[in-house]
Amino acid sequence: MNLNTVERVGLERQNPPGRRITKTRYKTLDANEAVARIAYALNEVIAIYPITPASPMGEWADAWSSRVVKNLWHTVPEIVEMQSEAGAAGVIHGALQTGALSTTFTSSQGLLLMIPNMYKIAGELTPTVFHVAARSIAAQALSIFGDHSDVMAARATGWAMLCSASVQEAQDLALIAHAATLESRIPFLHFFDGFRTSHEISKIVTLSEEVLREMINEERVHEHRARALSPDHPVIRGTAQNPDVYFQARETVNPFYVACPKIVQRTMDRFAELTGRRYGLFEYHGSTDAERVVILMGSGCEAVHETVDFLDAQNEKVGVLKVRLYRPFDAQAFVKMLPSDVRCIAVLDRTKEPGAGGEPLYLDCVNALCEEGRRDVRVVGGRYGLSSKEFTPAVIKAVFDNLAKQSPRNHFTVGIDDDLSHTSLDVDRNFSIETADVVRAQFFGLGSDGTVGANKESIKIIGENTDYFAQGYFVYDSKKSGAMTISHLRFGPRPIRSTYLISKANFVACHQPVLLETCDVLKDLAPSGTFLLNSPLGPDRVWGRLPEAVQRRLIEQRAKFFVIDGNKVARDAGMGGRINTIMQTCFFATSGVLPAQDAIEAIKNSIRKTYAKKGDEIVQMNLRAVDESLAHLYQVEVPDAVTPGTSGPNGELKRAPEFVRNVLGEIIAGRGDRVPVGALPNDGTYPTGSAQWEKRNLASEVPVWDPAVCIQCGKCVMVCPHAVIRSKAYEAAVLHGAPSSFKSAEARFPEWKGLKYTLQVAVEDCTGCGICVDVCPARNKSEARLKAINMQPQLPQRERERENWNFFLSIPEMDRRQVSTDHVRKMQIQQPLFEFSGACAGCGETPYIKLLTQLFGDRLIIANATGCSSIYGGNLPTTPYTKDANGRGPAWANSLFEDNAEFGLGFRVSLDKQQEFAGELLQQLSPQIGRRLTTEIVNARQRDEADIFDQRERVAELKRRLESIGGPHAKRLLALADTLVRKSVWIVGGDGWGYDIGYGGLDHVLASGHNVKVLLLDTEVYSNTGGQCSKSTPRAAVAKFASGGKRGPKKDLGLIAMTYGNIYVASVAMGARDEHTLKTFLEAEAYDGPALIIAYSHCIAHGINMTTAMQNQKAAVNTGQWLLYRYNPERVQLGENPLHLDSSAPHTKVADYFKLEQRFKMLEMSEPRAAKELLAQAQADVNARRALYEFLATRKFNATPNS
Amino acid sequence: MNLTTRYLGFKLRTPLVPSASPLSEKIDNIKRLEDAGAAAVVFHSLFEEQIHRDHHDLNYYLEQGTESFAESLTYFPDRAEFKVGPEAYLEHIAQAKAAVGIPIIGSLNGSTFGGWLGYARQIEQAGADALELNIYSIQSDPDVRGEDIETHYLNILAAIKAEVKIPVAVKLSPFFTNFARFAREADRNGANALVLFNRFYQPDIELETLEISPNILLSTPMAMRLPMRWIAMLYGRIGANLAATSGIHRATDALKMLMAGADVTMLCSILLRRGIDHIRVIEHEICEWMEEHEYESVEQLKGSMSQKNCPDPSAFERAQYMRALQTYPAAEI
Repeated sequence: MNLNTVERVGLERQNPPGRRITKTRYKTLDANEAVARIAYALNEVIAIYPITPASPMGEWADAWSSRVVKNLWHTVPEIVEMQSEAGAAGVIHGALQTGALSTTFTSSQGLLLMIPNMYKIAGELTPTVFHVAARSIAAQALSIFGDHSDVMAARATGWAMLCSASVQEAQDLALIAHAATLESRIPFLHFFDGFRTSHEISKIVTLSEEVLREMINEERVHEHRARALSPDHPVIRGTAQNPDVYFQARETVNPFYVACPKIVQRTMDRFAELTGRRYGLFEYHGSTDAERVVILMGSGCEAVHETVDFLDAQNEKVGVLKVRLYRPFDAQAFVKMLPSDVRCIAVLDRTKEPGAGGEPLYLDCVNALCEEGRRDVRVVGGRYGLSSKEFTPAVIKAVFDNLAKQSPRNHFTVGIDDDLSHTSLDVDRNFSIETADVVRAQFFGLGSDGTVGANKESIKIIGENTDYFAQGYFVYDSKKSGAMTISHLRFGPRPIRSTYLISKANFVACHQPVLLETCDVLKDLAPSGTFLLNSPLGPDRVWGRLPEAVQRRLIEQRAKFFVIDGNKVARDAGMGGRINTIMQTCFFATSGVLPAQDAIEAIKNSIRKTYAKKGDEIVQMNLRAVDESLAHLYQVEVPDAVTPGTSGPNGELKRAPEFVRNVLGEIIAGRGDRVPVGALPNDGTYPTGSAQWEKRNLASEVPVWDPAVCIQCGKCVMVCPHAVIRSKAYEAAVLHGAPSSFKSAEARFPEWKGLKYTLQVAVEDCTGCGICVDVCPARNKSEARLKAINMQPQLPQRERERENWNFFLSIPEMDRRQVSTDHVRKMQIQQPLFEFSGACAGCGETPYIKLLTQLFGDRLIIANATGCSSIYGGNLPTTPYTKDANGRGPAWANSLFEDNAEFGLGFRVSLDKQQEFAGELLQQLSPQIGRRLTTEIVNARQRDEADIFDQRERVAELKRRLESIGGPHAKRLLALADTLVRKSVWIVGGDGWGYDIGYGGLDHVLASGHNVKVLLLDTEVYSNTGGQCSKSTPRAAVAKFASGGKRGPKKDLGLIAMTYGNIYVASVAMGARDEHTLKTFLEAEAYDGPALIIAYSHCIAHGINMTTAMQNQKAAVNTGQWLLYRYNPERVQLGENPLHLDSSAPHTKVADYFKLEQRFKMLEMSEPRAAKELLAQAQADVNARRALYEFLATRKFNATPNS
Repeated sequence: MNLTTRYLGFKLRTPLVPSASPLSEKIDNIKRLEDAGAAAVVFHSLFEEQIHRDHHDLNYYLEQGTESFAESLTYFPDRAEFKVGPEAYLEHIAQAKAAVGIPIIGSLNGSTFGGWLGYARQIEQAGADALELNIYSIQSDPDVRGEDIETHYLNILAAIKAEVKIPVAVKLSPFFTNFARFAREADRNGANALVLFNRFYQPDIELETLEISPNILLSTPMAMRLPMRWIAMLYGRIGANLAATSGIHRATDALKMLMAGADVTMLCSILLRRGIDHIRVIEHEICEWMEEHEYESVEQLKGSMSQKNCPDPSAFERAQYMRALQTYPAAEI
C-alpha cells in the first residue's frame, strides 16, 4: 500500500510551492481531527492513551497508521499505546531523547500524570508538542467537560502554552506550535477547550502539504536529531545535582524563554504570509477607543468577539483581548495590545484556584500591567465556564456591565447563581445577539436513533456543498441507555463564532415523541419557526395527542408544524430503529436551508459515500428511505386553540425526599444550570438511593411474568442489568389488600413451603434489553414460543404495573438470616442495593455489581475505579446504590482511574486500625461495659449473616451502655463502635484499570495480604471511552488503538495473581455458569485475605447482540476462550491443589465464538489474511492455556504451606 | 480402464467429483482432492443472503450504541473499507485455480435477481471454469403459484446464461409438481447440466430445550434412490449433462448412477465421514467391478440402465406404495 500520506490526512498537494499559498480548501470536521491531522503529519512517534475528550486524536492517529498513511516525510508514524498517560509521557521523553519527532494527546487527569516528565522535557530543552483538549480536574466530583483546570496545573512545568479558540485555530496553532518548538527548543502545550472546541464540528480552511513544508525548518529537525543520545557521540543527561550548582543550572534556560515569544510571533507571521490567516501572541478586537476590555483565552474568545461586535455597534466602546501564548507570558506584548483608552479590564479564568489571590490569568495580567506601568487600569478577575458551563452573550454582557459600574465586583463568578458567597454577577437571560441570516436548528433525539450521526452528515453536506459556514455541537446524556441527545446546528454566511448553545432556534426537530413528555423541546423555538416531529400519529391525529404545553407553544410562536412517521418508514426500508436518514431528509425538506432538490441529491451523494464501505445493500436501503421520507412527510395545520391533551411527566419525584425533589429533580428536568450554589453539597457527598425516583420509561417492551410457567429459578433476576426484575417469598397474608392484578404463585422450594412467591417487574425502570427472556429456561407447555417471562408492550401495562411495583416494595424482605445463599434460585430473593443505573441496556457488568450488593450490600464499602462502573454508579443526577429498610447499604467512592486499588486498601487499613483501636478501648472499658459483652464482641466470628446480625445487636447494646458510662474513653469508643461490625471492602473496576493503568497498584495491594476483595469487570476494552484496546483485549479482536486486530495475547492477570500463593483468585462468567459465579463471590468474601474475581463482562463495544449476550459468555467458555476457575489458598492447608478448573475441556473451536462478535468478524472483513493468522494463534493460545491450567490443577499437593 | 467422462464440456479423468461442501474451503484440501483423484471440484456455495446479512450486521453493530454518550461516541476504529462482498470467495477461487489443474466449479445461491447476475459474473471473472446454480428457497406464501416459482427459476437461469460464457449447471431439488417438465425447460433455457438433487437443512426439534435446530445430516446410501430414478428417466431425453448427487458412498452406488445415466457422480458425505483419500478407494473399486464384469469404459455403461435402455422402463415410473401393495397377497389385505 503506497498511499499519499498527506492527502489521506486531509492535506492537499499544491504546485508549485510559493511564498503565499492562497488556494482555499474547506473541510467540515472537529478540532480533534483537525489537530490530529497536523500532529500525525509532523511526527514519527506518537504515544497514545485514551481519555475524554482527547481520545479521538489518538484514535485518528492509530487508524491512519493502520492504513499505512504516511507523514510529511513519507514515513508511517509509530503509534504506541501505553498503560497510562504517565507511560505515554515517558515514551515521548525517551523518543525525544533519541531524536524522533514525537507527540501525544491528552486531557485532564492524563495531563496531571504527565507533569513529572514535562518538567524533565522542558528542563532538557526538548522540542515537542502535547495537544490537550482542556478539561476539568476531578475535585468534589469528576467532570469530563471543558475548562482550563488541567492546563493551569501544568503552567509551572516550563512549557510554552498556546491556546486555540476555535476549530480553525486549533488546526493552525497546532502547526505553529510544532514549528515554534523546533525553533525555540521550548516544548509546547497546545490546548483548546474540551468538547466545545474538540468536539465542535466546523467548516474550516485546511492546510496543504506545502504550507507544512514551508513552516517546518528542516535544519531545526536535524539539530534535534544531532542532540539525540547516541553511543556514537555519547553524553549523559538526567544527572543528579547538589546545592552547589542545581540553582545556577536551573537558570541557564532563561534566554530560551526570553526568546520564545518572539519566535512564536515570527512563526505566526510566517504562517500569515503562507495562508493569509494572521495570529498574534495577544490579539485585540473591538473598539479602538474601548474603555472596557475583557481578557480571556479559549473558545470563550469567540463568543466575546461577536458580543463585542454587537455592543460596539451600539457605541458601547468595548473590546476583547484574546490570549494565545499564555506561557511564556510576554508582558510587553500584552500591554502593547491594549487600547490606550482602556479604563477597566475584566480577566476571565476558566478555572478555579481555591485560596489563591486570584485565578492564574488574572494574576498574570495584574502583574504585567503593574510591571509595565499601567497601574491606571482597573483590573477585576472572574471565573466562568467551568466544566463547559454555558458562556453566552448574555453572560458576557453581564461582565461588561460589571465593568461599567463605579466599583466593579472583583473575584466574581458569572453564569451561575452563587447564593452562598454572593460572587455571581446578575445576567439578563433574555439578552441575545443571534442574527437573522444564520439558520439555527435544534434536534432532540435518542442516541440509538442516529440523530447525531445524521446531523454530522448534514453539516458536512452544507459545509462542503455551499458557501455557508457551518457549526455543529452536540449535547449528550449522562446515561448510557435511553440517552437523549440534543444537536445544535448553525449555518450562516460568515464564520460562526457562537461558541454556545442555540437559544433561539428557527428549526426544532423532535425525533422521539416521548421526549415531548420529558423535556421542554420547544423552549428555544423562535417565532415563525418550524417544528418537525417524528410520530406514529398521522397529520390528522397528532395535534390532539401533543402535550398541551407543546400545543400552546406552537400556537404562541405561530410555528410551521410537520410530522412524519419516521419509524414506519425506517422499518419498511429495513433500517430498524435508525431514523437518521429519514429525519435528515425531512430537515432539508422543511428547513429551507438548501433548495430541496439540491439537498436531496446531496443527501444521496453523502449516503453513497458514507455507506459504500458497508455494502451496496446498505446504500440502497438508505436511498430508499430518502425517497420514502418525502412521501410520508406532512404539514399539520396549527389551530388557534389548544386541544385538551396529555400533560405531566414523572410524578414519582413528588414523593421523593426533599433534596432529591428540589435539587436532583431539577437536574433531571434539565434545569440543572439554575441550581444555586447553596443548594449543592459542599464536599461532593450525595445521598444514595436516588435512581428509584427517576422513572425513565425507556422501554417500548418489558418482560411480563407468567406464574404458571415459572420454575422460580431466579436466573432472570440474577442477570437483569438494571435490577428491574425482583422476586420475593412471603406469607400469604401479605396479599390482603394487594392490587387485583398483582400476581403470585405458591413458592416451590421445600424451605419456603406455604409461602407465596412473586416475580415483579419495575416496568418504568426497565430498559427493555430482553436479556432476562433470553436466559429464562422455562417454556410454556402448549406454546413453546412463550417462556415464563415474555416481552410485551410497556404502555398498556404502565399504570397497572406501577401500582403492582409499589405494592411489591411494601412486602417485607425475608430475614437475611433465613435466606440460603448456596443456590441462585434461593439467594436471588435478597434485595439488590444497586438498581436502575444508567448503564447500557443489556450491560454485562452490572449483574455482578448487583450480586455483590445482594450478598454483602449492608456492610459493603466500594472503591470504584474511574470508568463505566463509576459513571453508571455515580454520575449525577441520580445514583443506583441504595439502602435497605434498616438504612444500610453500600457506601461508594471514586478516587481516580489509576489509584483505585490503593484507595480501597486505604479503606481496609483504616477500618482495621479503627477496629483495633475500638477493641483496645473496649478492653479498657470492659469493667464498666461488662466482661461478657466485651468478650462476645471481641470474639465474634462474623462469618455469616447470623453472626453479623448478632454482632450488630451487641454493638447496639454496647452503644447504649457507653451512653450511660460517659467520659472521654467511652465517647471515643462510641465514635468507633460501628467499626466492630465487620465491613466488607470491595475494589471494583474495569480492565483498563486492573490490567493497565492501575496494575502496579493492584499488584501491590493484592500482594500486601490485606483483606480486600477485587471485582474486576473485564470487558476486554476501555469501554467507557469508546472501546480502546487494553492488555485484556484478546488476540485478533479489533478495538480502537488496535485497528488491525490485537496482535498479542490477552494478559493472564489471574495466573499472575496466583503466583503469590496467598491470593484467592477466580475467573467467572455469569452467562456460562451463574452458580459458579455465586460460589466464587461467597468464597472470596469468606477468604481471610486478598481476593481477585475476574468477571467476564460482555459489552456493547464487542459488537454483539446485547439481548443474547449471555450466550456469548457461554460460547467463550465452551470454546475455552474464557476459563472458569477458583484458586483458593486455603485448600493448600488441607493438602489439596488450590486450583479448581471449573470449566470443562473445550468442545467447540474458538472460531465458533469469534463468529458471534463483530470485534472479531470485522477483521475478517478488513484484513482477511491477518484474521486467519490471528485466529490460528488465538486457538493456539486457548489450547496452550488450557493445557497449562490442567497441569496446574492436577498437580499433587501435600499439606505443607506454600507448596 | 477408461473412466473418462464428459461434463460441462470438460473431459474428466473419472466421473468422481466432490460436490459443494466445506471441503473446498481450504486450498490444502482442494490440492488433496486433486491428488486423491477428484476429476473436478464444486466449490461451497456463495450465499447472497449471507452477504446481505453480513452487511446488515456490520452496519448495525458499527452503529450500535454510538453517538449516545459523550465519552464513547463510537466503539470501533474507523476503517477506510471493508471487504463485505464476495471478495474472499472470489479470491479463494483464484487461489484454487492457481493451485490445481482440475476444473473448478463455482457455486452460487442468490436471493435477488441482480445478485444472481452480479455474483455469477464475478465468479466467472475470478477464474471459475464453470458455475453451479444452487437454486432453491422455501416458499411458504400460499398466494404464490408453483408455476410462477418455476418461471422465476428459469428466468434466473436464462439471464445468467446470457451474462456469462462459462458452462452453467443447475442444482435442483426434487420438489416440483412435474419435475420432468421443469428439467426440460431448464434444458431449453440453456442449462449445461442438471445436478440432482440438492439436500437442504431441515429443522429438528430439541426435546430438552424446546428449540428448533436447523441442521443437515450426512446422507446415507438410501438417499441415492430418488436422484437415480430421475436421472434414469431424463437420460437421453434432454441435452444437458446429468450429475448425480446424494447418497453416493460406495463404488457400487456410483456405478448404479452412471448406469442410470449420470455423467458424473458427486461425493460429499462419504468424504466428510471417511476422509478425502476415500476417493481413491471408490475409484479403485469401480475399476475392479468394471474389470470383473468386463466393462471397458464409463461411456460404455453410462445410461445402460436408464429408463430408455433398461429391461423394465415402467419400473421407474411406479410409485413406491403401489409396489408395496402389490407385493402382498390379496387375501391378506
